[in-house]
Amino acid sequence: MSSDYEYSDDDADYYDEEMMDGTQDDLSMDSEDDMDMEFGGDDFKTSPNGKRKMYEVDYESLSQPAVEKLMAEEVEYVCNVCGLDDSAANLLLRHLNWNKERLVEKYMDNPTSLLVAAGISVPEPTAVPSTSRTRSTDNASASRRSSRGASRLLTSIGVSKAKSPVTSPTLSYHTPRSFKPKLNEPFVCPVCFDDSPQIRTLALECEHTFCSECWATYLVAKIRDEGELSVKCMAEGCAMACPDPFIRTLLVPSPRSPPGDPQQEIDHAKAWSHFQELQVRHYVASNKRLKFCPYPGCTNTVSCPSAADKSSLTTVVPTVSCGARGIGDQMTQSQPQQSGLGLAGKEHKFCFGCHIESDHKPVVCGVAKMWLRKCRDDSETANWIKSNTKECSQCQSTIEKNGGCNHMTCKKCKHEFCWVCMGPWSEHGTAWYSCNRYDEKAGVDARDAQSRSRASLERYLHYYNRWANHEQSAKLSLDLYVKTEKKMEDMQITSSLTWIEVQFMKKAVEEAERCRMTLKWTYAMAYYLAKGNEKDLFEDNQRDLEKAVEDLSELLEGPIEPENIPTLRQKVTDKTVYVQKRNEIVLEDTAKGFLEGRWRWNVAVDGFDDPADVVV
Amino acid sequence: MASIAARRLGKELKEIHSEGCPVGINLVKADDFETWWFTIEVMGESEYKGEVYTLQFRFDGQYPISSPAVQFVITDGRQAPIHPHVYSNGHICASILGNEWSPVLSVTAVCVTLQSMLASCKKKERPADNDRYVRHAPDNPKKTQFHYDDDTV
Ligand SMILES: [Zn+2]
Ligand SMILES: [Zn+2]
Ligand SMILES: [Zn+2]
Ligand SMILES: [Zn+2]
Ligand SMILES: [Zn+2]
Ligand SMILES: [Zn+2]
Repeated sequence: MSSDYEYSDDDADYYDEEMMDGTQDDLSMDSEDDMDMEFGGDDFKTSPNGKRKMYEVDYESLSQPAVEKLMAEEVEYVCNVCGLDDSAANLLLRHLNWNKERLVEKYMDNPTSLLVAAGISVPEPTAVPSTSRTRSTDNASASRRSSRGASRLLTSIGVSKAKSPVTSPTLSYHTPRSFKPKLNEPFVCPVCFDDSPQIRTLALECEHTFCSECWATYLVAKIRDEGELSVKCMAEGCAMACPDPFIRTLLVPSPRSPPGDPQQEIDHAKAWSHFQELQVRHYVASNKRLKFCPYPGCTNTVSCPSAADKSSLTTVVPTVSCGARGIGDQMTQSQPQQSGLGLAGKEHKFCFGCHIESDHKPVVCGVAKMWLRKCRDDSETANWIKSNTKECSQCQSTIEKNGGCNHMTCKKCKHEFCWVCMGPWSEHGTAWYSCNRYDEKAGVDARDAQSRSRASLERYLHYYNRWANHEQSAKLSLDLYVKTEKKMEDMQITSSLTWIEVQFMKKAVEEAERCRMTLKWTYAMAYYLAKGNEKDLFEDNQRDLEKAVEDLSELLEGPIEPENIPTLRQKVTDKTVYVQKRNEIVLEDTAKGFLEGRWRWNVAVDGFDDPADVVV
Repeated sequence: MASIAARRLGKELKEIHSEGCPVGINLVKADDFETWWFTIEVMGESEYKGEVYTLQFRFDGQYPISSPAVQFVITDGRQAPIHPHVYSNGHICASILGNEWSPVLSVTAVCVTLQSMLASCKKKERPADNDRYVRHAPDNPKKTQFHYDDDTV
């Protein structure tokens, strides 16, 4: 009696919804394990960029046509085994979420009932239409039917009941028939009431006839507004599904047809291509080994069989890339060498194992998700830190951060300090003291609950602060890209360096950003790592990377004197190589730790042993 | 496609004026093709004997391809009937207004279906989740995706 409901206006939630592509997990697959997609094996390249590193996974990126080819193979299989035509096989596969084994089994068991359930055949006249949505029983449905019968009489919008006995899957939609229920009565479209004798009429097997304009409008609305994978007949209670060629006939004008309303033709063409994309997305979502690229406007798919199993996610971080770069209009399938910095060059990186739309290496999905949830839940208390401005610890004037570097110099009093911990920079530069490591001393003498909770908040803020700082730096990197490109141009003018020779700047900026991504997630990891030797080593590596990235950022953001360019180039190149090495160490060692089961957490993490001794 | 909506609603209105509404249903106002009001009353023996309710239809340019937004009016002293599928804010959980809408259904057909929904009610009560729903409900009931627990409406 009660009803569940959800709102279609979802308020986007940054950490979960915005990072995920809604279509991926919406499917409840009851028997995904039965699925056996026959591709893989030899067709798979080992790694998109040659030799695979310990922290990388094997995957392949597929374009929409490539996925459509896989789909066509499944369709052909079903055609051959069941003796059906393409469009019937297509509808059946969609109906059963592309599980062809189950399809064949069900078809062999009772072809008629399966064809009726999938909306391919008209039900027997006596039988209650078995649409998938009808769960009603006996008198309830009877009363409903009778009330509708009455309404039909009242409104003279008559719909004749189908009469053809159905066993054959042959479809006759492509022969538009003019519907003449009574020979001397002209056809009136039951939807728009158009009765002009010239109108083109169409009906599915059920013979519910409507004018082509209503059909097309209906299809566009169902596809565009409701994203329906299977569009049903317009007649009330009719479960017949529109097969693809029928939809195509209505939305794609044949070459011979006279030109129509241009706007309408655009809408129709958009709806048709959206329909095809919906089918691809559905197929991909039905297959654990595939994932659709979550970047807006992108239609590529990534195939990653090694991360298909959830249990693999405690040992690998399946960061993948769909092969495309750029966002929106700037999207290309180009190679990294050809692409510029900034949005146009942004690689479509995402995690195959979870909904995070970026590379969250080195930390595994379960821990990354836990951390994002914590950040979201604690965002109010932590909000003030996100702020882009701080006060100079010496003269209290407001300082705004406008680059990725943490070495701040107050414009007013020239005080040099660290943006993250607000401590004097002198201590960082010489002996990089433990700015990355949380000092537990404050928590030790926590006696009462209040100070304990304050200590736990402080501990969280320590990690969050550093995490958010790298996130902020990555966001500011767009500015840095623009500035860097400007500097690269200037350098070509003021020095004898060629365009090729100034690429070191671009490479350095990209490397710094990559390392900041790694660093960002190392703080999420460190927050949950149980105290001990392993954590200390982890934080040593983290500190070394942090220091190296800071040095490189400082070089990149400093002023460029024409006479110093050769030295700068050498320094930047050396630092870039070093930073790369430090990043490799963090990634490799963490990945190795996961494979060896070396990491211990201070909380329970899905798929891992319970924390031996909880230290928070 | 607004032309289809206007032509369809014009035709429906003409039919109501010429043939009248079904028994127990009366047109209150239909001044434009955006909002129509009807009174609805259950004839014969029922839980709602002698009670008159007002139904509001709101149409967009996509009608009849997309369903009208239908709800009971609860302003000016009017009330929504107490029914397991009717929320106190007037919203109705009925599959024909949602995923089972068909473009061949007319305004009077919807009225008659809702009339029989009331007529078949055995026990006057609000939906179990009434308070929770009403607190967060959107203005337009079409924005709610109801899960229909039975198919009688
Ligand atoms: Zn029509
Ligand atoms: Zn039909
Ligand atoms: Zn992509
Ligand atoms: Zn992940
Ligand atoms: Zn200062
Ligand atoms: Zn610091």
